[in-house]
Amino acid sequence: MRKKVGSLDIYKYLPKINCKKCGEKTCMAFGSQLIERKVELKDCPHLKRESLKSLEEILAPAVREVVFGELPVSIGGEEVLYRHELTYFNQTAIAIDIHDEMGKEELSKRIKFVNNFSHERIGETLTLQAIAIRNRSGDAAKFEKCVEETAKRTKKALILCSWNFEALNKALEIIGHKKPLIYAATKDTWKEVGGLAVKYNCPVAVFADNDISELKSVVNALQRMGIDDIVVDPGSRLGPCTLQLFVMLRRSAMDEDKVLNRPILGVPAAVYLQGGNGLKEAMAASLMMAKYADLIILHNIEIWALLPILTLRQNLYTDPRRPVRVEAGIKEFGSPDENSPVLLTTNFALTYYTVASDIESAKVDCYLIVLDTDGIGVEAAVAGRQLSASRVKKAIDETGIGKKVRHKKMAIPGLAARISGELEQLCGWKILIGPNDSSDIGKFIEGRWKA
Amino acid sequence: MTDISRLIEALKQAEQIEMEGIKVVADELELTVSPLSVLPAVKKVAPEYSVQTFEKPLVKYRGEVSPVRLGNTKAEGGTRNHSITVGGDKTMPFESENPSKPAVAFDVFDMKIPLPSPVRMHFEEVLEDPAEWAKLCVDKYGADMVTIHLISTDPGIKDTTAREAAKTVEDVLQAVKVPMIIGGSGNPDKDPEVLKKAAEAAQGERCLINSVSMNLDYKKIGSACLDNGHAVLSWTQLDINNQKTLNKHLFSIGLKKEDIIMDPTTAPLGYGLEFSFSTMERIRLAALKGDDDLQMPIASGTTNAWGAREAWMKAPEWGDWEKRGPLWEAVTAMSLWLAGCNLFMMICPTSIELFKSMVDVLSSDKKEITDDMNWIGL
Repeated sequence: MRKKVGSLDIYKYLPKINCKKCGEKTCMAFGSQLIERKVELKDCPHLKRESLKSLEEILAPAVREVVFGELPVSIGGEEVLYRHELTYFNQTAIAIDIHDEMGKEELSKRIKFVNNFSHERIGETLTLQAIAIRNRSGDAAKFEKCVEETAKRTKKALILCSWNFEALNKALEIIGHKKPLIYAATKDTWKEVGGLAVKYNCPVAVFADNDISELKSVVNALQRMGIDDIVVDPGSRLGPCTLQLFVMLRRSAMDEDKVLNRPILGVPAAVYLQGGNGLKEAMAASLMMAKYADLIILHNIEIWALLPILTLRQNLYTDPRRPVRVEAGIKEFGSPDENSPVLLTTNFALTYYTVASDIESAKVDCYLIVLDTDGIGVEAAVAGRQLSASRVKKAIDETGIGKKVRHKKMAIPGLAARISGELEQLCGWKILIGPNDSSDIGKFIEGRWKA
Repeated sequence: MTDISRLIEALKQAEQIEMEGIKVVADELELTVSPLSVLPAVKKVAPEYSVQTFEKPLVKYRGEVSPVRLGNTKAEGGTRNHSITVGGDKTMPFESENPSKPAVAFDVFDMKIPLPSPVRMHFEEVLEDPAEWAKLCVDKYGADMVTIHLISTDPGIKDTTAREAAKTVEDVLQAVKVPMIIGGSGNPDKDPEVLKKAAEAAQGERCLINSVSMNLDYKKIGSACLDNGHAVLSWTQLDINNQKTLNKHLFSIGLKKEDIIMDPTTAPLGYGLEFSFSTMERIRLAALKGDDDLQMPIASGTTNAWGAREAWMKAPEWGDWEKRGPLWEAVTAMSLWLAGCNLFMMICPTSIELFKSMVDVLSSDKKEITDDMNWIGL
């Protein structure tokens, strides 16, 4: 396994003058932040060139980072096999495919879709990163035209997909300066396609079907041409082999293989196009993302399929170092007064942020009691007794909510309904059973609370 | 700018210096070249393809997960038609072969409960009859395991007695001949008695009793499992240390690794799934690295996925609900499988079929599923 970098390994190359210009108190602190990738080398104004070089080498991520596209997309740059060991860094980039035999209308619909797609989810805007243009016709002129048309209509990163060197060549003459990802160099075409990557200074994807030795040989040949920005595609069969290849590739990178330490490309679209459907494609996308794909190409653009895929990506790339709990106590929303509603939730960060964003979007003035449930969500906390009548009573007493409002009425989460009777007896407040899902808080306040 | 200052400027930027036929005219010239920055001139390598060998970077693990068998057939003194073995893992998922496929159990409840329409549509006729519900799962949807949840026993719901609940268990055991999981209501005061009676009613069938936790009388339930030949589900909440502690308690009352499955809690996709994902990965890694207290199969209450609003809400702006809902549950299952989970308690037939079909394809021995890798031309 790859040796873990310690802050002393870093410290010896730092200026050791604690000038604080980087924003950290000491060089030592700067060093440990470097390891966590929370600061960058360029934040230190005093680094000598030799030290910089050594540090760059020491701090180089296990998986090389590759950047492509006019609106640049970074993929790879990962440090660990399992997210709990540190965190995953660059979210899997998602590309949607189009091809050079597609009707004008469909083409323009799909490009627009990628350009405009955005979905708000718990404080984050989820988007699509790229368009993969397939040379379905095999014809160079048709491909060139399609690439030209597409590039006019989008700034999203492009992936040029063709087995035909001539087609890639023609397309690059037009959009080479936009740094598209070239797909693909193979055992047979590496010299010519590699030549294009050098000429246009674009990253290139290597494809070898279900054969890592072949993949490694092609990558090695490209490296010898001086190409560093390489992405690997071991073939996306929906079979037992694909996933194992992904795992072996990523493990090789962690074992300091300096050839295979590349971002991985997966093509769930292949699953769809080979007689699959949107459900199967979404499942393939999910499993590839959970096991190391840094870039995936999708065919289906139905929102019911994209939502779970984007949500899984959001989950997997959430930084595990972020705290699970928020502070317990009273939170005020809007400008509540003595007649405002009192609501209750848990101090599990995810529950809290979901409820808070729902209250905000419903524009309700209210008090929210954040109960210390040891960072556990509502349903599980009810089952585990972290959300119990006695704990809620304690929170009512300790927060002094009784002094802030003139009524004695509180709404608890619908999923905590079963404690309502005991709670009413214990604290003497009127307990309303709120909605099961906090998206209904607005409706609940307008209706049941006011009734 | 003089030539010299330009040279100095250029030197600052250069990584390598190659000087050829230059003449320096100066009174005094001082060039400081640090030895570190002197590199041998890199020769341009001619493009060349050489065959590289690749050896799979396989990890040799010290420990392994014990297999847990559920369901006793006639030969084993029960009445089930087949038994199912979960666990036995020797590596992390997809590093090399693991002995067992993930198992899926269909949820059945002992009373009519509110269900989102993409789930309810499959069970409309049987929601009030658990035996019929279980039968439908097996006959129509090919269930090879079912869970009967005795939720009506909760004092806050119907307060069904333990005796009546045991009768329900008998009915379901009679109606279907697949291995069974028996679940309580989650009420820590009532569950021990309910699950004890249920364990007695199902004596000899080797069910999985769902579940024991730190905040109820786990001794009573654990002993009932021992006495009646069942396995037990050890449930904790996303906390590995608690999981270890609870397992140790279970060991101390005489249960073996082969009798225990762990449920470290499943948070739905979009609502904390990453916590479950990483907890399961950590548990499995610890087991493979030799932690005796965690070398048991992992289970997931995957049905929790329906708690996500993207699953249970019709919300037309989020696309076809009848696809989105089931996909939500199936993606939750799929990702937890990749984190090491072995047993999935699920509810929607569409989700289960999708998950199972993916598992079949991914764990089949056929090397060539599709032979056309020319996806560009499709």
